[in-house]
Amino acid sequence: MEANTRSTGRLPAAFLTPGSSSFMDFLSAHSPQLLPGNRALPPVQGAIEIPHGTTIVAASFPGGVVLAGDRRATMGNVIAQRDIEKVFPADEYSAVGIAGTAGLAVEMVKLFQLELEHFEKVEGVQLSLEGKANRLSTMIRGNLGMAMQGLAVVPLFAGWDVDRQKGRIFSYDVTGGRSEEHGFAATGSGSVFARGALKKLFREDLTEGQALTLVVQALYDAADDDSATGGPDLARRIYPIVTVITDEGFRKLTEAQCSEIVRAVHDRRLEEPDGPRAALL
Amino acid sequence: MSTPFYVSPQQAMADRAEYARKGIARGRSVVVLQYTDGVVFVAENPSRALHKVSEIYDRIAFAAVGKYNEFENLRIGGVRYADLRGYTYDRDDVTARGLANVYAQTLGGIFSSAAEKPYEVELIVAEVGAGPEDDQIYRLPHDGSIVDEHGSVAIGGNADQISNYLDQRHRDGMTLSEALKLAVESLTRDNNGGERTLTAEQLEVAVLDRTRPQQRKFKRLLGRQLSRLLEEGTPAAGAEPGTEPETAPEEGGEASDES
Repeated sequence: MEANTRSTGRLPAAFLTPGSSSFMDFLSAHSPQLLPGNRALPPVQGAIEIPHGTTIVAASFPGGVVLAGDRRATMGNVIAQRDIEKVFPADEYSAVGIAGTAGLAVEMVKLFQLELEHFEKVEGVQLSLEGKANRLSTMIRGNLGMAMQGLAVVPLFAGWDVDRQKGRIFSYDVTGGRSEEHGFAATGSGSVFARGALKKLFREDLTEGQALTLVVQALYDAADDDSATGGPDLARRIYPIVTVITDEGFRKLTEAQCSEIVRAVHDRRLEEPDGPRAALL
Repeated sequence: MSTPFYVSPQQAMADRAEYARKGIARGRSVVVLQYTDGVVFVAENPSRALHKVSEIYDRIAFAAVGKYNEFENLRIGGVRYADLRGYTYDRDDVTARGLANVYAQTLGGIFSSAAEKPYEVELIVAEVGAGPEDDQIYRLPHDGSIVDEHGSVAIGGNADQISNYLDQRHRDGMTLSEALKLAVESLTRDNNGGERTLTAEQLEVAVLDRTRPQQRKFKRLLGRQLSRLLEEGTPAAGAEPGTEPETAPEEGGEASDES
């Protein structure tokens, strides 16, 4: 329902009532049917075949944080979409990457972006990074009913903390449980393999360029072992979405910049298919 | 037991209008001008916390004079309206025209309802388009009418006088600095023809800048960036000795405040 369909054309009283700066609170009071998780599902037998997004990885470096995702959505054994985008800016200083039920996840990101923007417009200041991470937590918890029926959404949230002057990463579980990750994190079906790669390659003193290569390597390894994660598609020029957040704000790498990193990684892998080797001791 | 006196409807509405107008006239003015890259809002407002000019949506901004709690309520209502509409449909479907209509209905309803006190506010809703000819500026007086404005508009205490001044001097294709200086000149003229000086600290300035790469075109101009724009070209024109010359040496480290 939309504002001026009311008979008088006036702003409804709820719009003019002083109260919360949260758009979600307003929505749940005024138009609860628009909330993504707020639908009763009929009982279903077994898994529903719907598109799922897969692997998201993040890593921090001294000047910020990088967040990247592959481009594949799968529906059972079928590739539902090979160029889906799963990493989005949440606002100027944060980004969110999503794994899980693609349709719900994209809707949830849209609402999350609006939640942050709405707060900023009403209050005149941005939420703290912790505040943003908590709001995302609440949204995922709101989706718990759907998650129990197999429609889970599990995001990874990364941002630049303006107060503490550092990049931070938060991971979530389906119940909205939130935990801060130090250094690196991964979520989605290929996350097991991506995390292995991140663990061996991550260092505290990475430069921004090295951090970008690191996440591309991790996604490459995830795609290597997980059929639901898409590797870089050089023929179709479909590369992972790679984003960086520093004190200058959110930035998404252009196709040309991505292609450069991906090709460098790919060329090395032609010689060493398993990727760079870590020292044994 | 007192018997209520008969008051003619004309008289009742005239009284309400008079009441609202008096409330509005007490406040300082806000001026809104088109310039080549967008729309600039200039308000005389020493407060950094209570804004008279704010962002509503990607291309839409709001300016108001009058009673703070009343226009703040309307502002938040407008933000909720815009965000809900953009969420329900698409970001492109949120327009200044739609918002101005809702505001007009709201103000009109309040003005003519005997149960409510009329709002002592006057609003401007402006939207920046792809080019100067697509810019829209709507002025909404206290009684719920809408005036479609072009070029320049003033609301608040001295609105008529300031509007006249602006009408005579505003032209299409002004740069931001020119438009800003004209706006400040118009605000510094007071009722009896005298002039005051206004420094950057006493001004609240914001733009809807169509050249901004971000989706959200609203930006506040603060601190050094604002003083620099007010300084720009003044020595050459030699017109305004009133603006502060001592801010000039700060121009060196300017690059950082562009975001």
